[in-house]
Amino acid sequence: SSSWWSHVEMGPPDPILGVTEAFKRDSNSKKMNLGVGAYRDDNGKPFVLSCVRKAEAMIASKKMDKEYLPIGGLADFTRASAELALGENSEAFKSGRYVTVQGISGTGSLRIGANFLQRFFKASRDVYLPKPSWGNHTPIFRDAGLQLQAYRYYDPKTCSLDFSGAMDDISKIPEKSIILLHACAHNPTGVDPRQEQWKELAATVKKRNLLVYFDMAYQGFASGDINRDAWAVRYFIDQGINVLLSQSYAKNMGLYGERAGAFTVICSDAEEAKRVESQLKILIRPMYSNPPVNGARIASTILNTPDLRKEWLVEVKGMADRIISMRTQLVANLKKEGSSHNWQHITDQIGMFCFTGLKPEQVERLTKEFSIYMTKDGRISVAGVTSGNVGYLAHAIHQVTK
Amino acid sequence: MAVSIFTAVPRAPPVAVFKLTADFREDGDARKVNLGVGAYRTDEGQPWVLPVVKKVEQMIANDNSLNHEYLPILGLPEFRANASRIALGDDSPAIKENRIGSVQSLGGTGALRIGAEFLRRWYNGNNNTATPVYISAPSWENHNSVFVDAGFKDIRTYHYWDAAKRGLDLQGLLDDMEKAPEFSIFILHACAHNPTGTDPTPDQWKQIAAVMKRRFLFPFFDSAYQGFASGSLDKDAWAVRYFVSEGFELFCAQSFSKNFGLYNERVGNLTVVGKDADNVQRVLSQMEKIVRTTWSNPPSQGARIVATTLASPQLFAEWKDNVKTMADRVLLMRSELRSRLESLGTPGTWNHITEQIGMFSFTGLSPKQVEYMIKEKHIYLMASGRINMCGLTTKNLDYVAKSIHEAVTKIQ
Repeated sequence: SSSWWSHVEMGPPDPILGVTEAFKRDSNSKKMNLGVGAYRDDNGKPFVLSCVRKAEAMIASKKMDKEYLPIGGLADFTRASAELALGENSEAFKSGRYVTVQGISGTGSLRIGANFLQRFFKASRDVYLPKPSWGNHTPIFRDAGLQLQAYRYYDPKTCSLDFSGAMDDISKIPEKSIILLHACAHNPTGVDPRQEQWKELAATVKKRNLLVYFDMAYQGFASGDINRDAWAVRYFIDQGINVLLSQSYAKNMGLYGERAGAFTVICSDAEEAKRVESQLKILIRPMYSNPPVNGARIASTILNTPDLRKEWLVEVKGMADRIISMRTQLVANLKKEGSSHNWQHITDQIGMFCFTGLKPEQVERLTKEFSIYMTKDGRISVAGVTSGNVGYLAHAIHQVTK
Repeated sequence: MAVSIFTAVPRAPPVAVFKLTADFREDGDARKVNLGVGAYRTDEGQPWVLPVVKKVEQMIANDNSLNHEYLPILGLPEFRANASRIALGDDSPAIKENRIGSVQSLGGTGALRIGAEFLRRWYNGNNNTATPVYISAPSWENHNSVFVDAGFKDIRTYHYWDAAKRGLDLQGLLDDMEKAPEFSIFILHACAHNPTGTDPTPDQWKQIAAVMKRRFLFPFFDSAYQGFASGSLDKDAWAVRYFVSEGFELFCAQSFSKNFGLYNERVGNLTVVGKDADNVQRVLSQMEKIVRTTWSNPPSQGARIVATTLASPQLFAEWKDNVKTMADRVLLMRSELRSRLESLGTPGTWNHITEQIGMFSFTGLSPKQVEYMIKEKHIYLMASGRINMCGLTTKNLDYVAKSIHEAVTKIQ
């Protein structure tokens, strides 16, 4: 007999997950998974931060109940999140002219913001993304009912920022459009503007009267310094640009599956923040009612316990440093292999990902001949590189590019 | 100061049930009782973390092989399979025939939302926002918002509660189903109807299923109280399983908030029953896309607790025992409240207090009587007259009964 679902098409497989699936099936002992963006230690293993384990022990000893959180989430968490992003000396933070709600990691926080804009930002339906951007940005905004546009960002010729192209495009964006910016460690390219470039971007964005939405998924994880990584967000706010902000604790605290994140709106004043907050709750309630406690409690405990916060800053720097060290070693090994190409972009880029500049055919060879798995666009997750396999990786890249 | 883009954002009214709890918290009267929000309380009026949950959490904490890596988009496989098995039964033909699917979700709400989003995109055509969605009158107030926000434009109610006889308006319900356009979606409460506590009998469910089959109506079950209603998992799942045995394709949004006491961990599951495996696979692949733009992948802690418990015969038995403890206390409070009202000679009939099932009771108190209860007696309940039986304890039963008696006799 017939089904309601006969006409439902098979959804296309997720390209990144597809990489991991293929990797799992490969029996080559030298295989490398440079696809999915989760941090690995120098043994290639998932890393649970010591401050996280300590926070978990502290939480367990308190024997708390499991009552529903408020719709907007754990207050200690949202306040600490805002302070982490904005800085304790931030006028916006101290005056209370902001609202922060707990979100389901970065994705959930982005989606709340997207839905909020769809419902209340009537000036425009257009969201401008950098070219390229995280693959999930487009469907998130689209499902929220907005339209996607792009501004130039990555220059494949130089494997770095196409600053003049970006400025050119952004200066032509219609007024009151929404522009999404990666706060640090751009995904997928690893290419971030320098501070002087951020200043020019801020001036242009202000002149065009654009609504700025920052996606900050790597604070602390990019440079190793939480203040440095939040510099652009804080600068924009200091310039009087009332931004929207999505934060994730998946990478910088290794809380991936606990789904800890936050969505913030900088407002004119505390009264407006209260109105905005009330509407965010109206959006959240029919989505999942209220957020999951575990990740937020861990993050809150870390941020609000001085010793744990100190330890976290050291550990997140440790992760960032290992990534930076792998970048350096990869370039050094490529030189040792005798590669004549300019690989400087590998160390110029920052964060978990690196846009190698490899072409699809070269990527395919890496996979087929060397069992090295990455996405077709040549993006590698540097977190998958270890001191044990960086030599092999350099050798393989040299073979397919010489 | 530049004009803000949010200047025009109006202040939204607070969600009623949470405002009630907020008001309760601020009340300084020592006699105060909270019969509002739907969470289990012990006889000491305290939240209760199930002993089996404490045990399993300790196991998880001691397991150093566990980390915080992402779950798959559709969730923890062991959780999904076990959760659906709980709803459909170990011997479910649908499971045997491999035509079920599961999506781990953020609580029952999340499961409803994923199901609603999917139906709006793929049911009764492509992106058919005009498909009527029927919600019981009354129902959990969030049902309406879930389907509105999922994009449905035509949300209707079906007759359910008969205020005059304080019971199910079966005829009204069946009439609405006869008149509903073909392919309409019906939200059915699997058991322990919220807020009325009034469920169809098995015989009545059979009649409902017959009409739905004949008129090609889509059953979307909301199962938030399995085990918690009667104390028996199987009994509380009877309706869902009957529909499956009648060959329906259906959705069932499951919540583990109440029956596992895991409220703030957000543990839910959307069970999909289809005609065959191929259909279910395609449905799941599209649900994956919806999940990816909503929360990417679900939280792991709560799912681990439930999966570990359901997969172990011993822990499973302990859990069923914990569930029965909760259900039995509710049943006791029902019978105690009813007997007190009858002893007091409170006007009206009070058998509905024990005939209704689950966490809630639709007392029949009018809005004015409710206001009296809150303002004069500091007993907090919903304007609809809904009370949470879990808010009753052996210590406050007398006070609550006397207060109801006063409200009914003083306010007409």
